[in-house]
Amino acid sequence: MLEVETPALSQAGATDRHLASFRVASTAAKQLYLHTSPEFPMKRLLAAGSGDIWQLCKVFRDGEAGRRHNPEFTLIEWYRLGFDLRRLMQEVAELIGELLPATPAATEYLSFREAFERHARLDSFTARERDCLRVLQESGRRVPAEGDLDYDGWLDLVAAELVYPQLGRQGLSFIYDYPASQAALARIRPENPPVAERFEIFFNGMELANGFHELADADEQRRRFDSDRDYRRARGSPDVPLDERLLSALQHGLPDCSGVALGFDRVVMLAAGAKSIEEVIAFSMERA
Amino acid sequence: MASYSTSEFKAGLKIIMDGDPYNIVENEFVKPGKGQAFNRVKIRNLRTGKVLDRNFKSGDTMEAADVTDMEFQYLYNDGELWHFMNPENYEQLAADKTAMGDAGKWLKGEETCIITLWNGRPLSVQAPIFAILKITHCEPGVRGDTVSGATKPATVETGATVQVPLFVNEGEVIKVDTRTGKYSARVKE
Repeated sequence: MLEVETPALSQAGATDRHLASFRVASTAAKQLYLHTSPEFPMKRLLAAGSGDIWQLCKVFRDGEAGRRHNPEFTLIEWYRLGFDLRRLMQEVAELIGELLPATPAATEYLSFREAFERHARLDSFTARERDCLRVLQESGRRVPAEGDLDYDGWLDLVAAELVYPQLGRQGLSFIYDYPASQAALARIRPENPPVAERFEIFFNGMELANGFHELADADEQRRRFDSDRDYRRARGSPDVPLDERLLSALQHGLPDCSGVALGFDRVVMLAAGAKSIEEVIAFSMERA
Repeated sequence: MASYSTSEFKAGLKIIMDGDPYNIVENEFVKPGKGQAFNRVKIRNLRTGKVLDRNFKSGDTMEAADVTDMEFQYLYNDGELWHFMNPENYEQLAADKTAMGDAGKWLKGEETCIITLWNGRPLSVQAPIFAILKITHCEPGVRGDTVSGATKPATVETGATVQVPLFVNEGEVIKVDTRTGKYSARVKE
């Protein structure tokens, strides 16, 4: 596998609905953005014929600061040609097993739907906003009012409070087949209902990695970018130029591949038994 | 009216919710993978003392609680109430355990504390940010260990327990950050 390096500073930013790129002023009168992940340029390399690639790099996400978040953090990201998600999940499990030899071998694989049924007693495919509200209130929490969040927002809140904290208690927990509305950059498999070929990994209730069977369809990618920008505009989030170079690369042809980003600082937290990310970063944002 | 965005949330901040003043006890940023970010907040109703778990959508703003903060000097604890004096007019008032929170753990006497008043009643008490306290008990120190970051528990003169670096010894005086309860530095007498 080839180690690569891609720019941290780019002319395009992340249009993702819930990511905020740091904007960097330049004397060249051009707005620049710090990358939130190296995904777009790495896909351009894949489209150019790089074959399997990986990198370990710093990424930047504005507004993300807390016990498990630092606005500047380290990802290890890699792409495998011809891998389906199951094979990639297996590989991630092996890597984590090497990095964290104390991890119990019991690895659990649950679909998103199964995880919600088990831990929130909610069918993520048929639940409505008020069902999400009900299970959250039954857990004793005070939550935003009905109408304050969109449907995915309610699923996110149920996930954050009731589902994800319960995952990975006996070993690694893989969640796969996300709702199509949460596909991000993953392919959607046309089932009934359709599901996103995306997975996440949890250990001790903490998310460690996110993987996709990568979307290769340039038109579909453009539609998602446009829809994300509409979403951002409607909520007053800063508009971000979409990455035309990525779209050209997809147009040229992205080989069938799966990719994953593993939060490196969180792996270090687990290795060190740290409760907070600031314990594993010499100068976290508060002191940077 | 002043307001706070969730990004400004931290322990000790006072907000108004449903007409009552609340103190933020704990604030945690939570964000599921690619999803909406939330602040998972433990808030204490300053009127009833009841603690709630509340989720805010990150980016939301809440009205700041218009409660009065005043400086008082700590006098003594009668076993139930902590007594304070206003140094301007010598008026005294007493704060109960609910209002004291963790502040009582760091008080020896004569400290200037900030008391939050709601209709003249003490709602919460903040100890001085740094408490200078003598260690009354801890395991012997390890000389030279100044970088590993390992800690051990130490009991200080007020009875509170503080995690201190291994090189700190019984009888020494330390500075504690009362907002976090964490060891801050050794103080040379």
